[in-house]
Amino acid sequence: MIDLQNLTIKEASNLLSSRKVSAVELTEAYLAKIEKYNPSLNAYLTVNKSGAIEQAEKVDKLFSQKAKLSPLAGIPIAFKDMFSTKGVRTTAASKVLENYIPVYDATVVSKLNGQNVINLGKTNQDAWAHGSSGENSDFGPAKNPYDTNRVPGGSSSGSAVSVSADLALAATGTDTGGSIRLPASFCNLVGLKPTYGRVSRYGIIAMASSLDSVGHFTKTVWDNALILNYSAGFDTNDATTSQSKVENYAEGIEKGIKGLKIGLPKEYLDGLDPETKELVKKAAGFLEKLGAKIIDISLPNTEYGVATYYIIQPSEVSSNLARYDGIRFANPRDKFGAEAKRRIILGTYTLSSGYYDAYYLKAMKVRRLIVKDFTDAFEKVDLILAPTSTGPAFKLGEKVDDPLSMYLADVYTVNINIAGVPSLNIPGGFIDNLPVGIQIIGPNFSEKLIYQTAFAFEQETKFYERTPSI
Amino acid sequence: MSKIKNQKLKIDIDHVARLANLKLTNEEKKTFESQLAEIVGYISQLEKVDTEKVEPIGQITGQENVARKDETRPSLSQEDALANAPKTHNGFFEVDAIFEEQ
Repeated sequence: MIDLQNLTIKEASNLLSSRKVSAVELTEAYLAKIEKYNPSLNAYLTVNKSGAIEQAEKVDKLFSQKAKLSPLAGIPIAFKDMFSTKGVRTTAASKVLENYIPVYDATVVSKLNGQNVINLGKTNQDAWAHGSSGENSDFGPAKNPYDTNRVPGGSSSGSAVSVSADLALAATGTDTGGSIRLPASFCNLVGLKPTYGRVSRYGIIAMASSLDSVGHFTKTVWDNALILNYSAGFDTNDATTSQSKVENYAEGIEKGIKGLKIGLPKEYLDGLDPETKELVKKAAGFLEKLGAKIIDISLPNTEYGVATYYIIQPSEVSSNLARYDGIRFANPRDKFGAEAKRRIILGTYTLSSGYYDAYYLKAMKVRRLIVKDFTDAFEKVDLILAPTSTGPAFKLGEKVDDPLSMYLADVYTVNINIAGVPSLNIPGGFIDNLPVGIQIIGPNFSEKLIYQTAFAFEQETKFYERTPSI
Repeated sequence: MSKIKNQKLKIDIDHVARLANLKLTNEEKKTFESQLAEIVGYISQLEKVDTEKVEPIGQITGQENVARKDETRPSLSQEDALANAPKTHNGFFEVDAIFEEQ
C-alpha cells in the first residue's frame, strides 16, 4: 500500500527510479482513490483511466530498459479542463464543449507528456475559468477537502482539490485573475502564477488573452519548481512567450534569503480581516527570522485593481467567446451558462461603440499606472509579501447570487495579473482549522528567487504537512 | 463620460445581446440588468483616476515585432479539422442557408 497522503513528486520520483514502486502501481493507487472519493469531491470531470494505465506501462518499460528519464517520468498528474488534450474530452466545464474532443495537445501538455508524466484526467473548474469558487461549473461544484461544505476556490477548483485530497501528485491550472493562487490558498497548496509569457498559452482555452497565465499546483515548493523547469519556455505558437532563458528553478532552492529585501504593501493590509492580517504579519516575522529585511511599501493604485480587471477581462472574454458559433466545433451559444453570458454581455457593452473610450481605453490607462506601481516598488525591494485571499474558504452558496461580491474575492490577486508579474501562493497557516495562503510576488522572470524564498519559509513552517482528513 | 452619466448605468440589454449573438430569456434579461447595473456602477469608479497625461498600455511583455519565419509547417488534416463539426458535407463545414429561396 503506497502512502499517498504524505507523498510528494520528489519522493515518488525516488520510489520510481529505484524501482520500489512501478508506474503502474502508483497510477492504479491514484485511480483507486479517485474512484472512491471523486463522487463526493467532484474534482475530476473526466478520468483518463485506460490512457493513464497505458502511459504507465510505457514508462515502466522505459525504466526496465534503463532509459535516462526525467524526475517527472511516471508521475501521475491532472490537467485543468482548459488544457487541450488530444483524444481526451476537454470541456472548460461548459455545456458548450460537453462533447468536444481535441485533435491536438496544448504545448504544456505535449511538453509534460514528453517527460512521461501520467495524465490521470481532466479537472473541474468554473466554466471557462469564470469564477472564484468553482461553483460556476456547468457540472456541479468541487468540494474543499478541509471542509466539504466550503468552496475549494476557483476557478481551478478541481485541480486544487485533486492535489489536496491526494487524487493527483500535481495539477495544472490557469490564472487570469487569481484562479491558481486563490484555490491554492483555500486548499493549503503551492500554486504558481508565472510571469506573463513564461509558459505557453497555446492550446489552452482562452479566457482573457492579455491576462491569462499558465501554472500549476503541488504540495511542496520543490515539486512546484521542478514542473516549471519543463513547462516554461518559448513557443512559436504563442507570440507572447519570452525567449529569455528557462532556469533550473529547483537547483539552489535551499540557498536561503539572508539580506533579501521584502516589501509589505500597506494597501494589502489596511482593511484586511484581523485574523488574516495577523497571519500575514506572522509570515513576515518568519521571513525576518530567516534573515530577510521587511520593508513597508505602497502600491498606490491597488484599490482600482478589481474595477480595471472587470473591464479588461470581460471585454477580452466577450471577444474570445465570440468564436463559439456552433459551426466548426462545439454546441450552439444557447448552451452558455449564466456567468459566461453575464461576462459576454458586460464585455460587449464595454467594447461597444460610444463606450469603448470610457471603459476599455480608460482601463488600459489605469493598467499602466498599476504596472508602474510594481516597477517602482521593485526598485526598493526584491520581493513583495501579501495576502492571497481575504480569509479562509467561504461556504458553498454564500456568494452565488451576488456576482459583485464573488468578483471582490479576487481583490488581492488581480493586480498581479494586470501587471503581469509572477506570484506564488504558499501555505501560510490556519484560521479555524482552515488553510490560508500567502503570496510572494516578484519582478518579471524572478521565479527562481521566489522559489528560494518560498522554500526557506516552507522549511521553517511546514504548514503543508497538515493534510485534510477525507 | 457624460454619456454614461445620462444613461444612469442602464445597459440596453437587447441591443448588447444582439451584438453578442446571445438569445436571452426575459427572466435572464431582468436578472442581468440589475446585476450588471451594480457591476457597471462599481467599475465606473475608474472615473476618479486622473489619467489625463497617461497613455493607454498596449501590452505588458515589452516585446516588439514578434514574427516567425514565413515557412510552411504541417497543419491539421481536413479530417481532423472537421472531427468536431456538428454538420459536414463533402469535406466542408455545413451551415444553415442564409438566403431564402424565392
